[in-house]
Amino acid sequence: MSSNSDKGDILLEIKDLEVEGFSDEKWHDIVKGVDLTLRRGEVMGLIGESGAGKSTLGLAAMGFTQPGCRIRGGEINFDGIDLAKLSDVIKRRYWGTRMTYVAQSAAASFNPAHRLIAQTTASTVRSGAKSKEDAYQDARGLYAALSLPDPQNIGERYPHQVSGGQLQRVMTAMAMSPRPDLIIFDEPTTALDVTTQVEVLSAMREIVETFNTAAIYITHDLAVVAQMADFIKVLRYGKQVEEADTRSMLSTPKEAYTKSLWSVRSLEKEEQKGGQSFLSLKGIDASYGTIKVLHNVSIEVAKGTTVAVVGESGSGKSTTARVITGLLPQTAGSVEFDGKGLLKSLSERKKEEKRRIQMIYQMADTAMNPRQTVGEIIGRPLEFYLGIRGTQKSKRVLELLEMIELNGNFIQRLPGELSGGQKQRICIARALAAEPDLIICDEVTSALDQIVQEGILKLLMRLQMELGLTYLFITHDISTVKAISDQVVVMNQGEVVEQGQKTDVFQPPHPEYTKLLLSSVPEMDPDWLTNLNSGRREA
Amino acid sequence: MTENSDNYSAAGEVGAVLEKRTFWTRLKIDMKKSPWTARFGMLIILFYAIMAIFAPFIAPYGEAQVFATPYAPWSSEFIFGTDQIGRDIFSRLIYGARNTVGIAVATTLLAFLIGGAFGLIAAIDRSYIDQAFSRLVDVFMAIPSLIFALVLLSIFGSTVLNLIVIIAVLDSTRVFRLTRAVAINVVVMDYVEAARLRGEGLGWIMRKEILPNIMPPLIAEFGLRFCFVFLSIAALSFLGVGIQPPTADWGSMVRENASLIQFAQYDLKAGLTPLLPASAIALLTVAVNFVVDWFLHKTSGLGDEQ
Amino acid sequence: MHPVTKTILERLGLGLATLFVVSIIIFSAIEMLPGDFGQAILGQAATEETVAAFRRELGLDQPAYMRYLQWVGSAFQGDLGTSFSGRNSSGIDRSRAVVDLIAPRLWNTLFLAGLTAVIAVPISLVLGISSALYRNSVYDRTVNTVTLTTISFPEFFVAYILILLLASLYPVFPSLANVDGSTPLFERVFRTALPALTLTLVIVAHMMRMTRAAIINLLASPYIQMARLSGASQIEVIVKHALPNAWAPIATVIAFNLAYLVVGVVVVEVVFVYPGVGQLMVDAVTSRDIPVVQGCALIFAITYILLNLIADIIGIITNPRLLHPK
Repeated sequence: MSSNSDKGDILLEIKDLEVEGFSDEKWHDIVKGVDLTLRRGEVMGLIGESGAGKSTLGLAAMGFTQPGCRIRGGEINFDGIDLAKLSDVIKRRYWGTRMTYVAQSAAASFNPAHRLIAQTTASTVRSGAKSKEDAYQDARGLYAALSLPDPQNIGERYPHQVSGGQLQRVMTAMAMSPRPDLIIFDEPTTALDVTTQVEVLSAMREIVETFNTAAIYITHDLAVVAQMADFIKVLRYGKQVEEADTRSMLSTPKEAYTKSLWSVRSLEKEEQKGGQSFLSLKGIDASYGTIKVLHNVSIEVAKGTTVAVVGESGSGKSTTARVITGLLPQTAGSVEFDGKGLLKSLSERKKEEKRRIQMIYQMADTAMNPRQTVGEIIGRPLEFYLGIRGTQKSKRVLELLEMIELNGNFIQRLPGELSGGQKQRICIARALAAEPDLIICDEVTSALDQIVQEGILKLLMRLQMELGLTYLFITHDISTVKAISDQVVVMNQGEVVEQGQKTDVFQPPHPEYTKLLLSSVPEMDPDWLTNLNSGRREA
Repeated sequence: MTENSDNYSAAGEVGAVLEKRTFWTRLKIDMKKSPWTARFGMLIILFYAIMAIFAPFIAPYGEAQVFATPYAPWSSEFIFGTDQIGRDIFSRLIYGARNTVGIAVATTLLAFLIGGAFGLIAAIDRSYIDQAFSRLVDVFMAIPSLIFALVLLSIFGSTVLNLIVIIAVLDSTRVFRLTRAVAINVVVMDYVEAARLRGEGLGWIMRKEILPNIMPPLIAEFGLRFCFVFLSIAALSFLGVGIQPPTADWGSMVRENASLIQFAQYDLKAGLTPLLPASAIALLTVAVNFVVDWFLHKTSGLGDEQ
Repeated sequence: MHPVTKTILERLGLGLATLFVVSIIIFSAIEMLPGDFGQAILGQAATEETVAAFRRELGLDQPAYMRYLQWVGSAFQGDLGTSFSGRNSSGIDRSRAVVDLIAPRLWNTLFLAGLTAVIAVPISLVLGISSALYRNSVYDRTVNTVTLTTISFPEFFVAYILILLLASLYPVFPSLANVDGSTPLFERVFRTALPALTLTLVIVAHMMRMTRAAIINLLASPYIQMARLSGASQIEVIVKHALPNAWAPIATVIAFNLAYLVVGVVVVEVVFVYPGVGQLMVDAVTSRDIPVVQGCALIFAITYILLNLIADIIGIITNPRLLHPK
């Protein structure tokens, strides 16, 4: 290892660790022989896609395995003791005192029955390191250090009384309370919106630096890990791909797999100028029950272009899609499609209008009936809209499969027998089967791994070129917006903040919210967070 | 890097093939992995089915055929002796499979027809119809169903048809709740929304999108409800307000021969006689429960985390 | 208003509404009787006048809602009408008040149910929690298979096996549980032993399985893993982290099973000829003595609704989200 050997003594040394899990009546390898060395005060980034075994490895670093998993071989030397050989009773002396854990979902990981401060200090008080009063006082100090509002009193609240971003910071305080030697951060910001993520990241990084605590930071997001880690280890299929210090990993990755993790960020579309309006929303208001969620939303979409609607959770971007499709009739305003007004509710619209607007969902898993074969799924729109049956239909299904780069063997498969990327491709084929003019893509790539995302985006772009499709692309991910869009609509709290050509929106000057949103998206630069924070402090 | 070094491209991802299994190979694998309890259960159910279907050919005597000696002891002529008016108990046990089980199956089917249909409608509709049905069912379930059945039977009288309808209606409330609950989980799925967006009619959505996906829990529930109905009818018959003589029925057979148990000290076989129909009931419910338990374990994915 | 008070009041209102609808259903039992039932009860020899007098006594000449109000009104004052039995064609009325029939038996039934609950609840909680903790162990699998078998048994099967073993072959306990008001407590417990044991066996299986499921569900929560990861011992995980969140599910399980007990009591009372409300109700159904059936059904329904109400209220007052609103 090249980096930071001056930081301190070796704290954690894992050798040839193997962890397996029980499923389908047999044991499967999850971690297959990983080595790891971490010195005092160092932060290691552990990165990989879903199923890479990174969470399992992170827990195993504490000597902990989830129910149904076990350590099969290897050593976990923590400060000279091999945790792999100890019983849970002995390991408990280390857990919560010398090594602590920050979970992904803080909302689910706090016990709803106890006050935050009691949970923050529980292990510190139990170990006898501090008296209850001292531990409480110290916790209030940590809350302040993590810039939580009202640090003196926030601890008296219960978990459901504070927001997600605040809970994540309280959990960091809880991890820091016993002043551990090692903290495991397991995707702590994944569930947060970008603007919240920045605040939590800054707070966590600052406190880890202040106490010079060693940490393992697990994430699938390279830009995030670049801000936190001294060095990065890339995992895939339970094995190490490569390890290097953060700067060299970002500038010169060695392995092809690591390079491919960068790829979606380099994907860029040549921007199309908007022409004649194809879909136009004028002054749309919409509500769920009595709660108004869209306020005077107007959006123009030109034929053959891609319009990205971007915003955080609660911005109303998905609601906009529901209004366009007729699932949620608007309370005011109008939707015009190809020069004609669309009726508000789905049941009033003509079959032809329904055919021309198709939708692709975020979770391909739930967007396909698990009891229907691929042939049935793609074949139904052919039959329903176009009246194609029999051999004609099977021929057309094959053509469609070819368009999405899958072969005819898939016709008989059930969705459960497909991978994530394949499922999303079938959903695309189902939309194409209707021969639509407009496709609404609702976060179609956000549930997928990075490499698979790239494949799907490329496919969508190719299909647009070949078939002249118009896309309304709903996403929260700025890099996807940069990759695929021609025009961009920024939404916040049910209102359109800004819209225009991509280059214009991404160029300053920005409205306040766009500025906040764009600046909050982590970049692949280890100094990004530092620069951002000093910039924001000055302003 | 490892053996997968070329596999990260979209093409590799597309080419990745997960195992494809047919229905029969799946069934074979399931059966191979099934625990002894489930196999035992299936065997017993098969046995009962044969008894019920071929009762007239298997039973040595008629269902209501009366012989001269009441309470005859176990012998080669009357394997399990005769009852209080001289009917062959062994024959009545076999006919009981047909009557008791048959009535319970019919009742359960009716309960599923009513509860399932209304449950599906409520789940899809989610408006005032759903509200009305759900509140009504809440009220029905606020009274223990056995008590409710007793009240209704006291009004309408104990005929087989009344029994079937009353128990089925009372039990359909539970089927309604389950169907509604599982169907609501399916109705919110994107594929149902996709079908609605496509413009599919209600019938198609119910038949093709929802029903196939709620079948596993409903099948399991059918087993459990059958046990419940079967035990309820047996209890009512035992209390003398269910299936009426001379129909051979296990619940009433227990009641009719109960006094024999006092003689167990002198003749153990006689003492065991009232337990025969009772154990016939118990054995079937145990068998169904074992099969359902395995089925639930299998379909809920619980089998993966042992 | 505090959310807890508000939710409890809502729940109480719901309980009352349910009771109202249930009382209408029970009341309408008499409406649904066929027209010639007066004849059937008084006997073929009854004259038209006596039948008419009988109908008048039942108030059948008044509109239904009036009679319902009167029925509910007197039920509140402890008057559930008079039994049909004891009447005859001559018009002489030897019938007894339903309340007088039910009251002594209600005490007996409550005694039997209470005795069972005292034995069954602790046993099932211990069995359920321990098998959840040692999940998939040999112990858990054994308990699971045994209880799965027991819940499949009809109550009378369990009852007769116990009679065969403990009363007939090895006479330890009496097979007939005849108690009355003068039976001393110890003797009462002794005579009630077999029925109580029967009910216990049946109910423990149910309650234990439900407790196990509830606890397993709870232990799967991320905050339990978090507690383990912060070094909490097994005991601390259970007592400090699982238990405060377990009151609601456990209360539901207990209430559900006590309610089940109320029903199971009917069959068991008949088997052991125990003078309780259940036996009275079955006799009344056989003789189609509607006022008695109504009275018994009302008692059972009230118990049932009350138990569920208590469970819900326990769930409400231990819910931290309601206790500590935003």
